[in-house]
Amino acid sequence: MAINWFKYSSPASFYFLAGKMIPLFSIAATVLFGVGLYIGFFVAPSDFQQGEAYRIIFIHVPAAWMSMFLYVVMAAWAGIGLAFNTRLSSMIATAIAPTGAMFTFLALWTGALWGKPMWGAWWVWDARLTSELILLFLYIGFMSLQAAIDDPRRADKAGAMIALVGVVNIPIIYFSVKWWNTLHQGASVSLTQSPKMATTMLTGMLIMSLACWMYAIAVVLIRTRTIILERERHTVWVGELQGATR
Amino acid sequence: MFLWIIQRDLLLAMRRRADVLTTLFFFIIVVSLFPLGVGPEMDMLRIMAPGVVWVAALLASMLSLGRMFASDHLDGTLEQMLLSPQSLPLLVLGKALAHWLVTGLPLVLMAPVLGIQYDLPGDALLVLTASLLLGTPVLSLIGAIGAALTLGLRGGGVLVSLLVLPLYIPVLIFGAGAVEASSAGLGAGAHMSLLGAFLLASLVMAPWTAAVSLRISME
Repeated sequence: MAINWFKYSSPASFYFLAGKMIPLFSIAATVLFGVGLYIGFFVAPSDFQQGEAYRIIFIHVPAAWMSMFLYVVMAAWAGIGLAFNTRLSSMIATAIAPTGAMFTFLALWTGALWGKPMWGAWWVWDARLTSELILLFLYIGFMSLQAAIDDPRRADKAGAMIALVGVVNIPIIYFSVKWWNTLHQGASVSLTQSPKMATTMLTGMLIMSLACWMYAIAVVLIRTRTIILERERHTVWVGELQGATR
Repeated sequence: MFLWIIQRDLLLAMRRRADVLTTLFFFIIVVSLFPLGVGPEMDMLRIMAPGVVWVAALLASMLSLGRMFASDHLDGTLEQMLLSPQSLPLLVLGKALAHWLVTGLPLVLMAPVLGIQYDLPGDALLVLTASLLLGTPVLSLIGAIGAALTLGLRGGGVLVSLLVLPLYIPVLIFGAGAVEASSAGLGAGAHMSLLGAFLLASLVMAPWTAAVSLRISME
């Protein structure tokens, strides 16, 4: 049986689908965070060079990955919303932005905490750090542009334009450690080579990434539901929803 | 049509000469403030000069972005332009070019004088001016996108800086980097090539993006 995916592009039916999916993703996130943190703190051995301080990677690397990945996803949804004039896609893009900004901030902050004992400085003006900081500015720009526009449709489209322009930054962050000779080390994990770290460390990191991913999905769905309710408050189905809960 | 837009915007700018001079003097004042703030040691100033001049150019160019579309939007000219059968990206390109001629070019011409204040040697002055010549049109072109998106919004002036300044950063890095590289004896060629690449890429992409943004804002 073919599923009619377009059914869920209507905010009304997506609202209920999201409502069913949120518990699943929340539970998955909780379990994975538990397992990942346990591996990170108790199972993974301490690093022979960095001692215990390296354990920050279990949150730093997933956060940095999510910050870039979420931006691409946000720009993609915003672009779809702009191209096909679908309401829900733009709402999802709007919902992703705060989570993406949070992960970007987390990546910068945990990086600073790690950098102080390792490099002896909270912050260095290195290509990767700078481009990650620009990413944070892009998220903030996107959010404040949308917040400044009262008409939601115009806000969606204007936000989409600035999100799409900002996508240029993503490959710059990703390849910054290759293109420039930077203080930030190169990628420890790649798809083409065998990883340069112990298996337990890698497992812990990947589980933490999955956990962040599940968390992001859950939070974005919750926020999308709120946005749907806010924008569709004059429709019949929201009115019926209110009547049902009252 | 393209030439007509440039001619018209230049004429309007000449009628309101004070606006043009304000931007230029803003640039001069910001650059002159730094030696007062950090102290007059020439060795330090010489190192800081390219960065200071470039940051001031960024701010000056950004401050004048509001004027690119705002007055035309207010008196309804912009609406007529959108309705006209001419290509909108070309029209935006014309407006961005006029913006550069009015705000960017005076900065480029002024930069060597300010460089002398910072005791830059002759060849560094040349590189600084050349990098500004290549870089400031990029600022006007990228700025057109920001100006189009924030058209008619409350708090548009602050908002445009939030949108546009992050996008300006690469130009700043390679513009100021060109001068530093040539002072260090590395040659400014690589940085200049990248600035040229930015210029070409933004010439192709920015007018089109800004045109779409204008249509969004004018809906």
